[in-house]
Parts: sequence; structure tokens; C-alpha cells
Amino acid sequence: MNEVKPAPRLESRDEVTILFAGDSGDGMQLTGTQFTETTAIFGNDINTFPNYPAEIRAPAGTLAGVSGFQVHFGSKSIYTPGDQCDVLVVMNVAALKANLKNLKNGGMIIASSDGFDAKNLDLANAKTNPLDDGSLAQYQVHVVDVVRLTKLALEGSGLSSKDMERSKNMFVLGMLYWLYSRPMDATIRGLQEKFKKKPDIAEANIKVLKAGFNYCDSTEVFGTRYSVQPAKMPPGTYRHIMGNQATAYALIAASQKSGLPLFLGSYPITPASDILHELAKHKNFGVRTFQAEDEIGAICAAIGAAYGGHLAATTTSGPGMDLKAEAMGLALTLELPLVIIDVQRGGPSTGLPTKTEQSDLMLALYGRHGEAPLPVVAAYSPEDCFYATYEAARIALQFMTPVICLTDGYIANGTEPWKFPTSAELPELTVKFAAPRDKDDAKFLPYKRDDLLSRPWAIPGTKGLEHRVGGIEKQHETGNISYDAENHEFMTKLRAEKVANVAKTIPPQSMDSGREKGKLLVLGWGSTYGSIKTAVRELISEGYDISHAHLRYINPMPSNLGEIIYNFDQVVVPELNNGQLVRLIREKFLVPAIPYNKIQGMPFTVSELKNKFTEILNAKMSTKEAK
Amino acid sequence: MAAYSPMAAKKAAQAETPLAKANGDLNVLSPKDFASDQEVRWCPGCGDYSILKQVQTVMPELGIPRENIVFVSGIGCSSRFPYYMDTFGIHSIHGRATAIASGLKMARPELSVWVVTGDGDSLSIGTNHFVQLLRRNLDVQVLLFNNEIYGLTKGQFSPTSREGIVTKSSPYGTIDHPMNPLALALGAEGAFIARTLDRDVKHLRDILKRAHQFKGTSLVEIYQNCVIFNDGAFFPFTEKETKSENDLFLEHGKPLVFANGKKGIKLYGLRPIVVDLDGQVSLDDLWIHDERDRTKASILTRFFDMPGSEHYMPRPFGVFYAEERFRYEDAMLDQLNAAKQKGAGDLDALLRGKETWTIA
Repeated sequence: MNEVKPAPRLESRDEVTILFAGDSGDGMQLTGTQFTETTAIFGNDINTFPNYPAEIRAPAGTLAGVSGFQVHFGSKSIYTPGDQCDVLVVMNVAALKANLKNLKNGGMIIASSDGFDAKNLDLANAKTNPLDDGSLAQYQVHVVDVVRLTKLALEGSGLSSKDMERSKNMFVLGMLYWLYSRPMDATIRGLQEKFKKKPDIAEANIKVLKAGFNYCDSTEVFGTRYSVQPAKMPPGTYRHIMGNQATAYALIAASQKSGLPLFLGSYPITPASDILHELAKHKNFGVRTFQAEDEIGAICAAIGAAYGGHLAATTTSGPGMDLKAEAMGLALTLELPLVIIDVQRGGPSTGLPTKTEQSDLMLALYGRHGEAPLPVVAAYSPEDCFYATYEAARIALQFMTPVICLTDGYIANGTEPWKFPTSAELPELTVKFAAPRDKDDAKFLPYKRDDLLSRPWAIPGTKGLEHRVGGIEKQHETGNISYDAENHEFMTKLRAEKVANVAKTIPPQSMDSGREKGKLLVLGWGSTYGSIKTAVRELISEGYDISHAHLRYINPMPSNLGEIIYNFDQVVVPELNNGQLVRLIREKFLVPAIPYNKIQGMPFTVSELKNKFTEILNAKMSTKEAK
Repeated sequence: MAAYSPMAAKKAAQAETPLAKANGDLNVLSPKDFASDQEVRWCPGCGDYSILKQVQTVMPELGIPRENIVFVSGIGCSSRFPYYMDTFGIHSIHGRATAIASGLKMARPELSVWVVTGDGDSLSIGTNHFVQLLRRNLDVQVLLFNNEIYGLTKGQFSPTSREGIVTKSSPYGTIDHPMNPLALALGAEGAFIARTLDRDVKHLRDILKRAHQFKGTSLVEIYQNCVIFNDGAFFPFTEKETKSENDLFLEHGKPLVFANGKKGIKLYGLRPIVVDLDGQVSLDDLWIHDERDRTKASILTRFFDMPGSEHYMPRPFGVFYAEERFRYEDAMLDQLNAAKQKGAGDLDALLRGKETWTIA
């Protein structure tokens, strides 16, 4: 299978970005994920970005209905889905029109001719056919009659014309496998698994996949074939992982390590629903998933389960966070452990449900009435969704508090290779419920605290621990209702101090790239990690004095963060919002931190960041020179 | 995945839960053991006192250790209830007790979970969770204290307040048509639906015991008098002079008779008619109450007009409807157990996934 005919030239590439684009019904997400799986197994470093419309089936052929999947892979370290693509695969006119701006000069277009007929031109509001009006002269254009070739490959299969056409994405995938010298076996296995109950469909897809591959092999449609050697990644065993999947796995892992059954209360919402879907599959781990009637019912059921001694979680996105706010306050004052996952998306209101944004940071920190501090952690990549969620569970259990874990649509749906841990390597999670008591024992004090100010977890069914908890202010230690003025102030400060104490249990802030002091510190959080890392590393190699630190813990922050910040002349905080972390940094450390914001529902590109950072560095230089 | 089998579930539902087995020292518990050390702070004369007392009286008879009982409430006068019970308890937020109790029961099916709520809590802000609990049929007792008014916020009309009532928030009289709680509950596929009164303590105790025995969500609407903001709302049903004429006590298998045996109710097709039992009509001709008949239960929930109004019928009290079907928590456990039987989860296998590659 690896035999290569002498005809095409074989060129080597360090990195390649491919964007698959078509109608949301064209199967581009599946094509992208299959290419990703194969490429990851092949050993390349990889990062992906699915970009799809909010409507499940937006009108076919229109710009609104274009669904894309971007794959960036290489023989070097890859941290982003790539700014611009080398190859643009388009299934119709609209896909081309919507994405041409993302193609590099001189890049390759692979177009399915079927999607460029009069009807599609009309639907995409194209006056002329871009494939033959000369507008694509600067690109290498390959027009392939994908639909006809697919149907030819399936002649005699007995499938309907419509069913045959459904496999056309596999033809394209086969072509790409040939072009980038990838083996097909992982996809063949994947198709057999996916269509286990419909072997004829599996067979058809495999046939078309091979047909696409062989078509390139025999027709020399591409003059050149490329190889992208495996990346030099740290030794170990890898798999590829999607952010939401990693979040789900972390909850199962925390359940297994703590010995507590896992309970998820959730209500469907984009882009968080996949966590619910994933967890619903794993009943063999004793996972209880409860699809509630609404966001409030979801968190309240989770609170009930937490009260009963389960590891409880609720997963949602911004609008759901709004609705859950009151219940979060309840869990906070009941002092029950609860993991709250917010997969952020563009807001306000319904906003941009399928697009990414980091605009819930202030909401996570302050979005509840009264003095209601909660620990907040943020995941910075698909695989880090695992570690951030696991850490959220650790804090929740150790401190008897709800913890908010922020991810976002970009990393939740993005994938990357993951050198997954073994269960033994995961930090232990030790949980002790309050012990039963006899009549003669002293009265149980449900709000008596340990040295970190955490209270005991006294679950129903434990003899002698009968007690009442509630949303009304409690008396210190006894937990009885108290309207006493002094007690309220004391308890408010105590709850804040408890959350502040989390800082005693987290690692100090470390530098991701660059020196520990210097001219410019780029301080990021969340999903901007990959773009910032790439930008900063490139600038360092270009000789700039720039460093990168990335915040996992938003509240409380690591206690050495101030030290790091004060070691730099300037701090810039890039965020996919209108400036939220930057305000915290300014307020907390009294430094004129520079905001850099993008609010377009899309991640930063590396070049945007590099431009901004060099602008800051050069401006500083020229001020100094002027002196 | 195999479809859920209602038959198997019903069997499971009927099986005795381990906690129902009384252990030795339970016999020594008295109502006093269920009273917490907290001072009860309802207004003097409030109907809640009676309900609290009856619940505390019934508790020792249920044979459940105190530590296995949880009272969950929302917000409102009635929702202070858990503080006064020496069991486990959560006084939560407005309208959400049913949702919290649902999660608790799913996590810990062996616990005896009681929700205490009011007409504002469950029929206004928390209606969604209330109806969803009923249709899911978790084994939870819901005590709905209906006083047709917001008491804790000092006297606004509630979803069950009668049309035209003048309150602080309706100085010109309310223009809201009142909700019919039991008709709603039946519409929400409630499996156990009953009504009782704060002032008929024996009936209240009997219904509480029935509710506890029922394997599934049992809804008990309790007419409860608010002495401060809606005093006398239920007097037609509670006072000596009027109650026999207005109250219809339901008993399974017995004819519908009221007014000290002088009147009965007959069904003409689906139309109920009040008849005088003056010898012309025999008891055998009357409507015989059948707790398993949903259609009849539905008609009974429609006996909702006040005395003197055009379609007036006596107000029914007792168990309207009780039919066991599979409980949510059993179905949930069945699925977990079925999945585990195929092989318990292996965390390392999960983390590893199906496709891996190794870099040396």
C-alpha cells in the first residue's frame, strides 16, 4: 500500500494547513475528523478547528450554510489550527466564496465541479463561475467531478443515487490521503465501526475512499505529492482528543479516583452538549447523567446529588450560566462541592452560539448577587480541558465549594494529540465524609472548619448527623439560621478567605516561553494559548525580548503572579473579549497592562498577535530612543 | 440499547426498599424525636403548625431511621419546615426544591425524600420542576401547602388566589384566573394525587401515610389557612357549619357520598350529578370511587368551583388517583447495572481510547 509510483514528485513539508469546506450537509466535519485521526496516528503534531453554522441545515448552497474544518499538522510542534491554509477543499461555490480569503497566495484549491453548476452559482450570488472566469489565476486549481466519480465507483452496489452521493466526502478524503501520503487503514477501521449495523454503507464509503486515492494515483491529477514527516514529540503513547471529550473524561477520572459516583445535571446547549453526550455513554462507570428540564433544574439536581455525596457537575454555556447563577449562590453558601463547566461562546444573549469567545470571565467571577466568590479555573487547549476539569473537581472536593471551569467553543471542539496519563499518574483525590455519631457525642457542627476553612461533608444516611442547611445566613459552626449583623460580616469574610486559601494548594505561576524578566510579558488565559505560544516563540527566535505566561487559575491567582508581572517593563493581555482579565490585572497589581482584544467569534491568528507584540516592543524602543 | 421494560420496573417498584425494614431501636422514637431544637416561627394560628405536628406524629410510624429522611424545601412560609424537623434537611431557593429533591433521589434512591412547598413556590416560580418531577415519577413525597396567597412576602395574590381577590399587589382585585393544582398534576402525568386539610388532622395523617406508602411521586395538596393575609380562604371546607355540605371525602371502592350521607354523586356518562339520597336513589347507583381510574380522577379534579357558583360540586378530599408505574430512579439504576454487567468501566482503557500511537 505504501508503494509510490515514480510519476509524481515527492516534496517534503514542515507543516500544512488544509481547510475542508462545504454545505453543512456535505460531511466536512466527518472528513476533517477522519483526516485528523489518521494524521495523528501517523505521528504528526496536529491542531484542528471546526467552524460550522448555528443552523443544523442552513439553506443548502448558501454562504450561511458553509461548514468548515481546518486541520493544521506538521513535523514540528503545532499549537494552532493555522492562520491561512495551503489547501482549500470546496464542495460548492459558497464554500469557495466564504473561505477564499483564508487561502495563502499560490495555495491549492480542490473543487467539486458538481457544486459549481448554475443553481449553486445562483445560491451563492456569484455572477460568473469562479472556476473559469480567471479570478483564481493566482492559485493552483484542481476541478474534480467528485459526484460522478463517486457514483461510478458505486455502480452496481444497489444503493440509491442519493445514498451514493452521500459518500462523496470520502472520495475527497481519499484524494487528500494520496496527496499527503497518508495510510487509509485507520479510516477504514473507523468506517467499519461507525456503520457496524449498516455494512453496505460502510463498504460503499470504503470503496469510494479507495477510489479517491486511486484516482490520484492513476490520473496524475496532482503533479506533486507531499510528505510531512512525523513530529519530534516527547516519547510516549498518544491518542487524539477533543476538548469536550477531555472534559467528560476528567469528570469520570475524578469520580474513579475519589471513589465517588459521578452525577451530571445538564441541559442541552451549544457548544457544551457533547460533554453530556459523552458522559451518557459511560454508564459502566456508574455515571448518572440527568438531562433536566432547564438549566436551573440541571444545577439544582446536581446540588441534590452533591448533598447526597456524589461528585456532582453541571455543564453549560453562557446563557445557562446566567440561569444557574442563583443556584450557584445556594451551592456556595451550602458549601457543597460542585463542578460547573462553562463552555464559553459569543454573547450577549443568544449571541454567536457556534463561535468562540472568552467573554464569561467576569460572569464567572462576579455573576452572582451578594458577596459570592467562587474558585475559577480555565482550560487552555483541548487536552488541557482534561487537567483543568480534574483540578476543578480537586478544588471542589477539598474546599467544599462550587468551582467554575471555563473552556470555550474553540478548544471544546478542537482536537490535538494527547499523551494521555495513566490513572496511576493522576493526583489522588481523597474524600472523607463526616463520621457517624452516638447520642453521647457532642452535637455535630456542620460548619466547623478545617485549617483551610473547608467544612465537613455530612451526607444523609449517616447516623447522628441530622442537621439542616439552607440559603439563609448561617451561624458560624452550628449552621443554624442567624440574622446577627456581626455574624454575617464574619461569615462573608470567612467564605472569601476559604476561596483565597485555594491559592495555598496550587502550583506557582510558571513561564511558558521566554525569560522571567524582560521587556514584554504576554499574559494570557484560556484558549488563546496556542496562538500566543506560537507568536511569542517565533518572536523570541527573531531576537525579541518577549515572554509568555498563561493563567490556569483565575481565582485565586497564583501568589507569585505579581512578582512575575513586576519583572517586566510592560504587560499585554490578549483576550477574545472586550478586555476582562486585563482589568483584573490592572486592579490587582496596579500596572498599566495593555489590552489586546478580538471579538469576532474566531481565535487570534499568530500573525495578528505578532504584529501587536512587535508594535508594542517597537513603540517602547522608539520612546527610549527619543529620550 | 434495550427499551426500558415497564413490567420489570413495576416489579422493582413494588419490591420493598431496604430502608423500609425497621430496625430495633426505631420503636423507641416518638414524635418529639422528630422536632429539632429550633424555635418554630410561624405566625400564631398558622395552619403550618398543624401540618408540622401531624408530620412529626406520622414519622415514627413509618419505620425509617431519622438519618435516612431528608426534607427539602424552597422559599416561602411553608419552606421553613425542614428547620423544625430533626432529620436531614435543605432549605433551598425559590421554586427549586423539586429539582434538588430529584437529584438527591437519583443519587440516593434509598433515602426517604420529602418536599415541602407552597402554591407560590411550586405553582408559580417552580412550576416547571414541579410538573417534571410528577411525570418522571421519582419516589418523593411532595407536600404542597396551598394557602392561595404569598405570605412570606406579606400578602400578594398567588397563582391559586381566586379571581378578584384584593391584595397588596391587586388593590383593584386580581384579574388572574386561578390555577387548578390537581388538574395540572394529573395533566403532568402525576401518579399519586391527593388533597387534604390542615384542620382535619386525622385525614391529614392518613393521607401522609398513604403518600409515603406509594412508590412514586406522591403529591399531597394541603389546604392551609393563612391567618394573616388570607384568613378563611378555606372556611367553607373546614368550618363546622359548612363543611359537611361542601366536603366530599373519597374512599377507594366506596360511593361518593357527602352532606352526612344525605347526598351522593352519580355519573351520567361523563357528567357528574348531585342526587339526594332520599330513598329513590340507592348507594349502588352512585359513582364508586376508583383510585386507578384516570378519567374519573380527571373529572374529580374539575370539582373546583366555589360554593354558590354555577357549576358547583362539593370539593373532593382524599386520594384522587394512585397508580404505580416505573420510577425514574429504578430505571436509572437498571441502566447503570445493565451497563456494568457488560464490564465495569476501566479508566485506563477509557483514557487510552481506541486508536493510539507511540513515539519512541
